[in-house]
Amino acid sequence: MSNFRIKGAGRLTPARTARFTFDGRIYTALEGDTVASALLANGVHLMGRSFKYHRPRGILTAGPEEPNALLDVSRDAARRQPNVRASVQDVFDGAIIRSQNRWPFLSFDIGAFNNLLSAFFPAGFYYKTFMWPREAWAKLYEPIIRRAAGLGVAPKEADPDHYANRFAHCDVLVAGAGAAGLAAALSAAKTGAEVILVDERAEVGGALLFDTATTIDGKPGYDWAQDVFQQLKAMPNVRVLTRTTVFGYYNHNFLGLVERVTDHLANPDPSLPRERLWQVRARKVVLATGAIERHMVFANNDRPGIMLASAARLYLNHYGVAVGSKVGVYTAHDSAYEAAIDLKRAGVDVVAIVDCRAKPGEAVVSAARSLGIEVLTGYSVIDTGGRLRISSMTVARNGSSNNRKIPVDALLMSGGWTPSVHLFSQSRGKLKFDAASERFLPDVHVQDCVSVGACNGTDDLNALLSEAAAAGGGEFSVSGEVAFAWTGGMIGAAEGAGKDKIVKAFVDFQHDVTAKDIRLAVREGMHSIEHIKRFTTNGMASDQGKLSNMHGLAIAAEMLGKEIPQVGLTTFRAPYTPVTYGTLIAHSRGDLFDPARKTPLHAELVKQGAEFEDVGNWKRAWYFPRRGEDMHAAVNRECRTAREVAGIFDASTLGKIEVVGPDAAKFLNLMYTNAWDNLKPGKCRYGIMTREDGFVYDDGVVGRLSEDRFHVTTTTGGAPRVLHHMEDYLQTEFPDLKVWLTSTTEQWAVIAVQGPKAREIIAPLVEGLDLSNEAFPHMSVAECTVMGVPARLFRVSFTGEIGFEVNVPADYGAAVWKAIWERGQALGACLYGTETMHVLRAEKGYIIVGQDTDGTVTPDDAGYGWAVSKKKTDFVGIRGLKRPDLMREGRKQLVGLLTTDPTEVLEEGGQIVENPNQVKPMTMLGHVTSAYWSENLGRSIAIGLVANGRARMGETLYVPMKDRTIAVEVTDMVFFDKEGGRIHG
Amino acid sequence: MLLIHCPYCGENRSELEFRWAGEAHIARPDTISAISDEEFAEYFFMRDNTKGIAWERWRHIHGCGRFFNAIRDTVSDKFLLTYKAGLPRQPVPGAEAVAEPSVASVVEGGAA
Repeated sequence: MSNFRIKGAGRLTPARTARFTFDGRIYTALEGDTVASALLANGVHLMGRSFKYHRPRGILTAGPEEPNALLDVSRDAARRQPNVRASVQDVFDGAIIRSQNRWPFLSFDIGAFNNLLSAFFPAGFYYKTFMWPREAWAKLYEPIIRRAAGLGVAPKEADPDHYANRFAHCDVLVAGAGAAGLAAALSAAKTGAEVILVDERAEVGGALLFDTATTIDGKPGYDWAQDVFQQLKAMPNVRVLTRTTVFGYYNHNFLGLVERVTDHLANPDPSLPRERLWQVRARKVVLATGAIERHMVFANNDRPGIMLASAARLYLNHYGVAVGSKVGVYTAHDSAYEAAIDLKRAGVDVVAIVDCRAKPGEAVVSAARSLGIEVLTGYSVIDTGGRLRISSMTVARNGSSNNRKIPVDALLMSGGWTPSVHLFSQSRGKLKFDAASERFLPDVHVQDCVSVGACNGTDDLNALLSEAAAAGGGEFSVSGEVAFAWTGGMIGAAEGAGKDKIVKAFVDFQHDVTAKDIRLAVREGMHSIEHIKRFTTNGMASDQGKLSNMHGLAIAAEMLGKEIPQVGLTTFRAPYTPVTYGTLIAHSRGDLFDPARKTPLHAELVKQGAEFEDVGNWKRAWYFPRRGEDMHAAVNRECRTAREVAGIFDASTLGKIEVVGPDAAKFLNLMYTNAWDNLKPGKCRYGIMTREDGFVYDDGVVGRLSEDRFHVTTTTGGAPRVLHHMEDYLQTEFPDLKVWLTSTTEQWAVIAVQGPKAREIIAPLVEGLDLSNEAFPHMSVAECTVMGVPARLFRVSFTGEIGFEVNVPADYGAAVWKAIWERGQALGACLYGTETMHVLRAEKGYIIVGQDTDGTVTPDDAGYGWAVSKKKTDFVGIRGLKRPDLMREGRKQLVGLLTTDPTEVLEEGGQIVENPNQVKPMTMLGHVTSAYWSENLGRSIAIGLVANGRARMGETLYVPMKDRTIAVEVTDMVFFDKEGGRIHG
Repeated sequence: MLLIHCPYCGENRSELEFRWAGEAHIARPDTISAISDEEFAEYFFMRDNTKGIAWERWRHIHGCGRFFNAIRDTVSDKFLLTYKAGLPRQPVPGAEAVAEPSVASVVEGGAA
């Protein structure tokens, strides 16, 4: 095992080591190493296989833009994360790291066969080839393509870690803690402003981490950065977040940050969250996001050992690691010379600097030459050799066919620097192309933010520092000195990736997009960058084209013969780098994913063995199976018992609104189709609410407790929207009415007792109220006490039996429920759930708004025309109901449906036709809205919406199913106790 | 996430507390039962769906519960003005800056 750690280089402490495995082999790292620097220190460059061609790939960068080295990092079976960028993941003791997208081994991968066949699948290959037959896509092509092409595999185990979520406000948020960000933050902090400074790396400094030749304030840049960091940390108005990425910039200066809290620790404190989501609202945002170095686009530019020059410089100057022992450099920018110079000074053999420019900066060239490095200006690297690692570079003078092969084990490249305008662009700022420097720069800032430093195209160090200090708003100034002023840069394909060459010159490493793929896209007719992007998938990988976008754009522009701004720029979207689901959802999982609403009686229902169903967010008792009973048997028994003896039901989810005030009746007159003035205190009425368009919106029983107080009930699902609807009219249309609305849904526990023995069950528990038919007939309401608890007692029925609804304050619900159940049990009653409730109401033809109606049904369609007052001069819906379409003959109306075969239960949603033998598509008359087995009737029953239904009584209609056609007779909706005598008991 | 100024609470609050409630300044006709089908269609169905400056109703549903009016640019998502329900249609403020949060403090959030 070779050691590429250079003594005396870098900032890590040799004494503190960590051991980890990579593909089963044990390696040693230093504390502070990233996975990339640790593997490089051990001479390992091969870290993955490419997405499509399975080409061997190494580490390309030293930052968040890494497209190649995506690894699977785990602590244990469940704590495993795929697609981790080796360049940003710190090594921790015990880390288990595996390569991805290879089989059987990283060094010998069967999938690499794809590379040999690559001529057969250029860009757009999948779209064109796998179109036919259509069924084969899902069953055959997609699974095979997915297996062959791909990234890591997600863990199957639940994530055992926890995540945190914080909200923050600040005066100034600074994104990026390089020279510019630090100067801006310190300047702002000195004014006393609340400052949050964020940087994605473990340490502040940005480019100063690798650029050891720059001094600021008379100190080496890195030392200055650490001094500023210490100063800022000591200030109470400043929060510095390292290992934190600003991943999203949203409306009104709202930013999303992810702080990686424990991923770098060997034994994290279990009380710490793994990651923390910060949602920050900033008065002002300073974007100091820097720039990202580009690669060079030339033939076979993707072999392991080829990397960005600045990355090699960071590995050397920060981690103390040499990326090779015979290093070549291929550049179009002066900055790469400084990488060569640093390596040479550290004792590494730099065989040649190949510069495609005729005239690079003179100072860097002579500095390199004086160290004995060969500098070839006006030359290009036209090819590379090597299989699992680069072994040579082929160099030629531009325009010449003579070439020279130079053995190397690493090749550094620099195509210049692309300003990181991602967050600026996410803020909806407008970019402008600067033709001279060939880069997009911030132009119009739409939100209260400012861009400073390299992301703003400010290259000169002192200009950058004063720009940043000014952005911070304080009276702070600092100056510095660079070793060399940098010039140069190129975008697009270099020599040797020329127009007609059949070479793989990679533009997008992660998605294996080459220069010729982009040219092909243009030839195939894609002229907008948005189309070219989608056809080639350039920039669509998880690195979102941080390296590839500008190159792809330049190649497309060249092919199209257009200027770059005319070809356009794709939109930058959040997140800047991938964010784990865990961070985004934080606590919202498990029980907190979607909060369940439980009634005050829930624990009692559980004790009684209830099966529950979800109704909106409510958990409602569905049925109460006894030993050996399935749902069908339990529901049949409950239905029978309720009609023969009595049933007890938790109706607490019923929406409840207290309508109070001198104008309460007047207000209800406007909100419901019914009239309320003539309802006497102590009485209830069934009300229907329509929208302004005349369609049924909700229904429920309303009880009048006194002249100015109504107890309104709504459907379970309708409670919030009915209150919203009422508030809307009360506040904005009828603001003069003196009415107060209060939601009381959760204040009352509601116990429904229904059946012939209902009165007998509750009577001994009710105090101060005569429950006889004469004193307390059907549709009565009274305030009384039940077991000493203040209660509202309703004599109402949703079953057609004599029925009571006992409302007691929620906290007393369970006690009263237990007492009622004890009485009921002794008398032979049962508990019943929502399924039995549905069957019993359907036997009586009572509708459920939202099931039997669907927003296109009027009260008359539903058979409730009687509930629409003819005398009122106004109510919501009065005009809508008079629309011609709502008045016409032949509308769909709710009717009963009885199957010819009594044992056949229709399917809800089944379509109804007149003639089942007609040619398809058939004329549909309506559909089945409710269908059940009725044990009490010994047959099936159903309700349906049928065109002109009430005029069709006795007609036979048909419900065609997939395998048969069911004949039904149109009937009245009341199937049980048609005279309605039972309810009055 | 938008920051919305509730004219009743007098505070800038997070979008999470609010609910959009359609186009503003469409009054329900006093004699609604007497209007023509065309007038009813105009009142109930037809909406401008403006691209750009729009007068809208919002409700501070998870706050004070009040409905109010807002002028919002539907392209930039900027709120130009919010004002109480019942006030007449307000003019678009000139180049006035959008209100920003006034609280400069860090708040620990719970299970949000």
